[in-house]
Amino acid sequence: MSFRKWVRELGWRHLIGIAVVIFAAFPLVYVLSASLNPGGTLTGSNALFRNFSLENYVDLFTDPNRPYAAWFANTMVIGLVTSAGTVFLGALAAYAFSRLRFTGRRVGLLSLILVQMFPQLLAVVAIYLLMRGISDIFPVLGLDSQIGIILVYLGGALGVNTYLMYGFFNTIPTSIDEAAKIDGAGHARIFFTIILRLVAPILAVVGLLSFIATTSEFVIASTLLSSNDKLTLAVGLFRLVSDETNSNYPVFAAGAVLAAIPVMALFLWLQKYIVGGLTAGAVK
Amino acid sequence: MTTTVSKDSKATRTRSISTAPPSMKVLAVKILFLAIVDAVAVFAMSMLFFRGDWLVLGIVAVTTLLVNIVYLSPGLLPGKYLTPGLIFLAVFQVFVVVYSLYIAFTNYGDGHNSTKEDAISAIVLQNTQRVEGSPTYLVQLVEGPGGLGLLATSPEGEVLVGTQEEPLQPLDPGAVTLDGDRAVAAEGWTSLQQQDVLQRQQEVAALQVPLSDDLADGFLRTTDARNAFVFQSVFVYDEAAGTMTDTTTDTVYADLGNGQFETEGGEVLGTGWQIVVGPENFLYPFENPRFGGALLGVAVWTFAFAILSVGLSFFLGLFLALTLNDPRMRSRKVYRVLSILPYAFPSFLSALVWLGLLNTEFGFVNEVLFGSANIPWLTDPWLAKFSVLLVNVWLGFPYMFLVCMGALQSIPEELTEAATVDGANGWQVFRGIKFPLLLVSTAPLLISSFAFNFNNFNTTYMLTRGGPRMEGVTENVGHTDLLITLVYKTAFEGGNRDYGLAAALSILIFIVVAAVSAISFRQTRALEDLH
Repeated sequence: MSFRKWVRELGWRHLIGIAVVIFAAFPLVYVLSASLNPGGTLTGSNALFRNFSLENYVDLFTDPNRPYAAWFANTMVIGLVTSAGTVFLGALAAYAFSRLRFTGRRVGLLSLILVQMFPQLLAVVAIYLLMRGISDIFPVLGLDSQIGIILVYLGGALGVNTYLMYGFFNTIPTSIDEAAKIDGAGHARIFFTIILRLVAPILAVVGLLSFIATTSEFVIASTLLSSNDKLTLAVGLFRLVSDETNSNYPVFAAGAVLAAIPVMALFLWLQKYIVGGLTAGAVK
Repeated sequence: MTTTVSKDSKATRTRSISTAPPSMKVLAVKILFLAIVDAVAVFAMSMLFFRGDWLVLGIVAVTTLLVNIVYLSPGLLPGKYLTPGLIFLAVFQVFVVVYSLYIAFTNYGDGHNSTKEDAISAIVLQNTQRVEGSPTYLVQLVEGPGGLGLLATSPEGEVLVGTQEEPLQPLDPGAVTLDGDRAVAAEGWTSLQQQDVLQRQQEVAALQVPLSDDLADGFLRTTDARNAFVFQSVFVYDEAAGTMTDTTTDTVYADLGNGQFETEGGEVLGTGWQIVVGPENFLYPFENPRFGGALLGVAVWTFAFAILSVGLSFFLGLFLALTLNDPRMRSRKVYRVLSILPYAFPSFLSALVWLGLLNTEFGFVNEVLFGSANIPWLTDPWLAKFSVLLVNVWLGFPYMFLVCMGALQSIPEELTEAATVDGANGWQVFRGIKFPLLLVSTAPLLISSFAFNFNNFNTTYMLTRGGPRMEGVTENVGHTDLLITLVYKTAFEGGNRDYGLAAALSILIFIVVAAVSAISFRQTRALEDLH
């Protein structure tokens, strides 16, 4: 291919590719650089990678006013428990809809989608007041409680997730269930030891999507959680950086890098499945 | 005929299995779980009983009963699998929607937080002043199970004790330690030392111990933690007339059915109570033209934001997919992975990262790209809108890129070849064949993406908090506010939280989103029929 033809047919494509990569990656490079820059202001962060120090990372874990380690642990606990609960509740419902025949099955499937049209986000006022009411009876489950917020998140466990799983459950031939029944297995044994193993891929996708959604959730977490050491990363880091952007920024950057690395690694590793799951209906 | 037989045999088989006695282990697990659920339910019910919350008590009782029936009876298999999820769905999804609807018709919010009784005692308590010439009580601060209290020795030498909640009661002299005339300790109470008192100064200053069950009798208050005086409320509640009287000015405030005490002239006491106000919250924007205008602006911007976000990121993603989808290109994979990075980055952090980049005085964009210019990216109304869109497109285009890439690759190559043979050029092939086919498969995703961006709280709130604030509106409304951030701000931010109005706004949003989704899904179905 002559150079001219190369420029006309492929060269411009590379130019555009490079431009988009800069647009996409620059903010992330910037935040990495800011996190490694000692001194503690935004101004200093503008010179990319001129200095290298882990000062901000040390700062992050030593200042009692911003219990980053606690935020991180809270986010992981809430995210993991919620996604495990979502997968379990969703799988139970999907199994019932896919394998059992009962009156109200079609209506049930349809109403799951309809109910989901009113997102929890819109009901945040009612959720807050409900949890305040529960606080009076069961302080452990009410406001400012990890268990409380997990329960609220589990309210959204059915719906889209059940639909995703239902479709996948239907692809597993029922003859497998029948064979197990003849061998004397009860429904619980069939569900837990046979079906759940066969549908593992969709369980992983739903679990991951739910984990990402839960850890990024801000509105409900910020209204329900109030003590500094009970916050999640989303709420904690927002409060850290939104008031005095200039002075806290490098420490925030360090926090952001640490919070993002595990999620990004997981995401890039599993991107094939996630993209498949997304095109099946969910949106980030 | 044969099918009937096999169906029958299947039915018998199922029945024989479901009636088979479950193993001991399964039974034990089941009983353990039910026991936990029942114990929690009984505890909750007893708490509700003491609070007199009969409706909730009834609901909890019926639910618990149903759960027990489902898991103890041999049949009801679907119920066994659906119940756990449905309970969460019912409480945190269905109930809260119904509850939102109820709140939208109340005046719930700051100043209208509780019942009328609570409001009356709050007004009485918040407006006390010392009774002229009242006797001095010698006091010792004590702490008991009911919180901070006063151990008081009356001028007549009687020893009394009480807290904020429990009026003063005489103590048995045998249970009291005296220091001169002053009682300094009592059985069942811990006396506070001087340094404790200093540390809890605010609590001590706020402490008001009623003299008797009737709040009109007055309270004991202390400023120095040694001497207390009788205080009486400026306000007197007349139970028969249902009015509140300010004794200093003799103004009479009456309950006119608006959830507050007010005079004929329209003067209002700060603390009110919760009542159902009807459609008032829904009418509020129409009755307050300034707020209504601002709300309309927010609604228009919300649509513009959602449409532009989806449109711009879709076209950028599509353009990128078309550009990079050339098999002759080397390192396509590298481009792909690097350009989907924003999608992998946790979304709540992205806006905060951009917050730093776009900072007017110190941000990278102004300092480095624009040579220390002071461009107000986040504080000028139009630039702030531009910035929010920019960040949202940055967040959204990788998703569109992936989706378009998938859709393009699924269009059969033969179509392109056939068109080329017929003499169509590249642009014509794209316009006439690829693009329509691509739209069919991506349209549902574009619609759900629109619905998502319509309520895209995080990007907007984390970047600008909805600001810059609109001028000329008393409510806190900003130029980049979406409807959802406005709901949040109305309910949880600033000096005047208005849950009722916020709930009404969220119901209006729901109606809009549901209508738009319904219409556009119908349109897409029409699109599918065409092809």
